[in-house]
Amino acid sequence: MTALAARAAASRQALLAVAAPVLGLAAWHMATSGPGYHLIPPPWDVAVQWWDLAFGGVWDDLYSATLGTHAMASLGRVYGGFALAALVALPLGMLIGRIPVVRDLLDPSLQILRPIPVTAWLPLAMIVFGIGPRSAFFLVFLGAFYPILLNTVFGVRSVEGRLFEAAAMLGVGRQAVFWKVVLPASLPSIFTGLRLGLGFAWVVIVVGEMTGVQTGLGAIIMEARQLSRTEIVISGMVTIGVLGFLSDRAVQLLGQRLLRWSPQHG
Amino acid sequence: MDEVLARPKAAAGTMLPILDIRQVDKRFAFGAETITALSDATLRIEKGEFVCLIGPSGCGKSTLLRMVAGFEAVSSGALLMWGKPVSGPGPDRGMVFQDYGLFPWLTVSQNIAFGPVARGRPKAEAAATARRFVEMVGLQRFADAYPHQLSGGMKQRVAIARVLANDAEVVLMDEPFGALDAMTRERLQEELLEIWAKARLSIIFVTHAIEEAILLADRVVVMSPGPGRIIADERISLPRPRDPTGVEFNALRRHLSRLLGSHH
Repeated sequence: MTALAARAAASRQALLAVAAPVLGLAAWHMATSGPGYHLIPPPWDVAVQWWDLAFGGVWDDLYSATLGTHAMASLGRVYGGFALAALVALPLGMLIGRIPVVRDLLDPSLQILRPIPVTAWLPLAMIVFGIGPRSAFFLVFLGAFYPILLNTVFGVRSVEGRLFEAAAMLGVGRQAVFWKVVLPASLPSIFTGLRLGLGFAWVVIVVGEMTGVQTGLGAIIMEARQLSRTEIVISGMVTIGVLGFLSDRAVQLLGQRLLRWSPQHG
Repeated sequence: MDEVLARPKAAAGTMLPILDIRQVDKRFAFGAETITALSDATLRIEKGEFVCLIGPSGCGKSTLLRMVAGFEAVSSGALLMWGKPVSGPGPDRGMVFQDYGLFPWLTVSQNIAFGPVARGRPKAEAAATARRFVEMVGLQRFADAYPHQLSGGMKQRVAIARVLANDAEVVLMDEPFGALDAMTRERLQEELLEIWAKARLSIIFVTHAIEEAILLADRVVVMSPGPGRIIADERISLPRPRDPTGVEFNALRRHLSRLLGSHH
């Protein structure tokens, strides 16, 4: 493909990517603006509210210029819970994948716990960790934990048998085979697990922050709902969407660097 | 014992074969049944010999190769390398698989340096070795490419280079060119013969193509299935390079296909 054709294809792709949101915004605008009372505010009102929430200077009320604080609180919980989940799930997944005794010991229990939705843990979490940020943190941990664990187990177990033979005939001993073969071969799956886990962490954080938490994007969404400040609710949603998207892109870029060798990632 | 008496030189201890396979059986448990994959295989291979194992599927040729590699244990009999029993895979016996078995996360150079690095050679030495063998198989331009960017022929060159870089004395090849197109196969056959002559390798090469066996081998060992066993051991003394259209070549081809056919 020539450079010109490549650029044309790229701009076409960008145009298509923007088309759907623009159409959505237009539809939203048509449905909510104009005379009469609307339960849902029009996009422009939300944009103004978001600006005030982020930088202040429009309404200068209780919420003005607080978005940064809330976003930082949520980000801390998302990445904290995610990091802790990765710290536990990665080694555990490798043990379950590699050592039959560990698999027989833990796999049945994990399979029974897995279908329980993370949100169903909320009441129990509030009893154990108290009403507040620690419960939210726990939910994020749990939400990220299973995708990381399951993909790590899968990755470690599905290493091609041929690679073990190749390593053995080249002189790799039993101990070294984990670092030389198992770990690099399962990296693409592990990576998929991390990406899914981070996605789930963003889903769960809002639920976790909806009860008894003072700061956080979930907390202002809930609070604004009670005050019928729907512009703030939508501003919070948009912020979560953007932050979640950016953090996924960051992970994806990291993956492309680390997994250049893999035709699925590189 | 008859075996030893028939070869006075070996009995005198002056010429230890590099590989000595004596009355080897291989049985697999298949549910409640036991299947004999290989029965009473006896084969001596001298240093520097190029031996082709040929036969239809199920004749035990791959099983025999995998036992020499140390991937499978013998059920009975003895399998000796330089007089010592083979007890597992090792770098002295390098295997070239039909499906390459390259490490997809390593570049061409890194794949070739894998063995030396795994065996604790210093980094600089391993890199120099890798460079030498990258050059030998003519992949300088692809030294930093990953396996998924290579053609089948290039992948198989890497697989050959990586066992040579690891000082393999015996190279075991399991239908290595079976998945390649005809032109690439011919070129690799030529290159393999050059490398074999230069490096004084001993090669056991499994194939089901009669022509390939006659083209390459010093000896063609013919096997037949049900249970797998060795039915003939033919020396090919045609001078190299061999001409597949030649009269003697064709006579050999007829002879070998008759041997194979009579046991179907």
